[in-house]
Amino acid sequence: MNANGFAVDLVTSVGGNLGSVARSLTRLGVNFNAVDAGNPPDGSRPIILPGVGAFGAVMSSLRAGDFDQTISSLVKAGTPFLGVCVGMQILFDSSEEAPGVAGLGLVKGNVVKFTQGKVPQTGWNEVRPVNNTSWPSGFVYFVNSYYAKPDCANPESDSVILYEADYFGKFCAAVSVGNITAFQFHPEKSGEFGEGLLKRWVSDVV
Amino acid sequence: MLSSGLCKRIIPCLDVANGRTVKGVKFQNLRDIGDPVELAIEYQRQGADELMFLDISASREERSTVFDLVRSVAEHLAIPFTVGGGISKLDDVKKLLSLGADKVSINSSAVQRPQLIAEIAEACGSQCCVVAIDARKVGCEFSSTKSSTNRSDRPAWEVLTKGGSVSTGLDAWVWAQQCVELGAGEFMLTSWDADGTQEGFDIEMVLAFSGLPIPVIASGGAKNPQSFVDVFSLGQADAALAASIFHDGLFTVNQVKTTLKNEGITVRLC
Repeated sequence: MNANGFAVDLVTSVGGNLGSVARSLTRLGVNFNAVDAGNPPDGSRPIILPGVGAFGAVMSSLRAGDFDQTISSLVKAGTPFLGVCVGMQILFDSSEEAPGVAGLGLVKGNVVKFTQGKVPQTGWNEVRPVNNTSWPSGFVYFVNSYYAKPDCANPESDSVILYEADYFGKFCAAVSVGNITAFQFHPEKSGEFGEGLLKRWVSDVV
Repeated sequence: MLSSGLCKRIIPCLDVANGRTVKGVKFQNLRDIGDPVELAIEYQRQGADELMFLDISASREERSTVFDLVRSVAEHLAIPFTVGGGISKLDDVKKLLSLGADKVSINSSAVQRPQLIAEIAEACGSQCCVVAIDARKVGCEFSSTKSSTNRSDRPAWEVLTKGGSVSTGLDAWVWAQQCVELGAGEFMLTSWDADGTQEGFDIEMVLAFSGLPIPVIASGGAKNPQSFVDVFSLGQADAALAASIFHDGLFTVNQVKTTLKNEGITVRLC
């Protein structure tokens, strides 16, 4: 934790709404600094980006004031980054939800829609760690119609997947690559287990 | 066949009025059963997957207390929760969501003005728009001329509004299809034949609607853990909601889930 007492920078959603991740951080005793285009992060603290809404809408709100570029350059420079829900999806190159809209392209691959079952996937699903990581398996809360598909042509793609889960076939529920971690599910709405994951990320990076 | 992996959800329902929890039997004869925030935390501890807060306040003044309640619940709760009861305006929906509710449930107001569903879906996303349908079986021949053709061989249910006091003449199946088209995210289906009876969920009704493309939360009639086994295995519900059996302390959420797991139904045990 740095001198002014903030542990992490939390990107506020459109309209400045802090949302459920902020409340979760408060419960966990993690002091956060709310950031947006007008009050951008400077890379001195890890960044959390919770995305709510549609891929296209989140990208266009990020582009306002070139905030997307601020985020991208800080992440490329090594600032620890946690994306949540659509905050995970926008890390990829593109999404079927918004054809023609470029994502941040920080993780190779695209975001695709579930083709089976009730969509959006709504409820608790079990996530299993991939690649022998020390992250625990458990149940987390999902609300998503789309999921990220790390680039299969990329030989490193497998090592990118942190968690997988089943929704009429396996899908990527979380990624971890370098300083980037991202959850498709809502750790802040996933009870003690989910908040434990949030806490674990914070203690890893702060 | 590939499986979904998704857990069946158990949703305790807290009826609230003027900031306090009350319990309804056929939505009448209320009795105070305590502080909603304390109850919410207890249910989260027991393993509830979500919570439903149904505001049954009688007056506008009382109803405004729901905003403080939502703020307080959101501070303390780390599971999703839905707020319903008397919501008729998009502005109220936005306010409830900004205070921390994950979803809103609309009922009579949607029947009166179906476009409200589309407005919520457009502005806030389908995932937060739960349409509650109260219905009562009206036999195999639906009397209304509004009903579609080729369904005379099916059982039919009529939509009720205003806490069951108004018969709308609307075929619940036709209404449900319309809700899906308008952008509803989930259904909460309450059987007026089963509600408050504690004789088990209305399996026939739940099964009839479970094939809809959005999740169906079954409500009304939960008696014991076996009721939940039945509504998931026979009724194919995605989630089940109950009040009395949890409020009365007859069974904990965890006891219900343990029974479900023993019956091979996927649930989250914590």
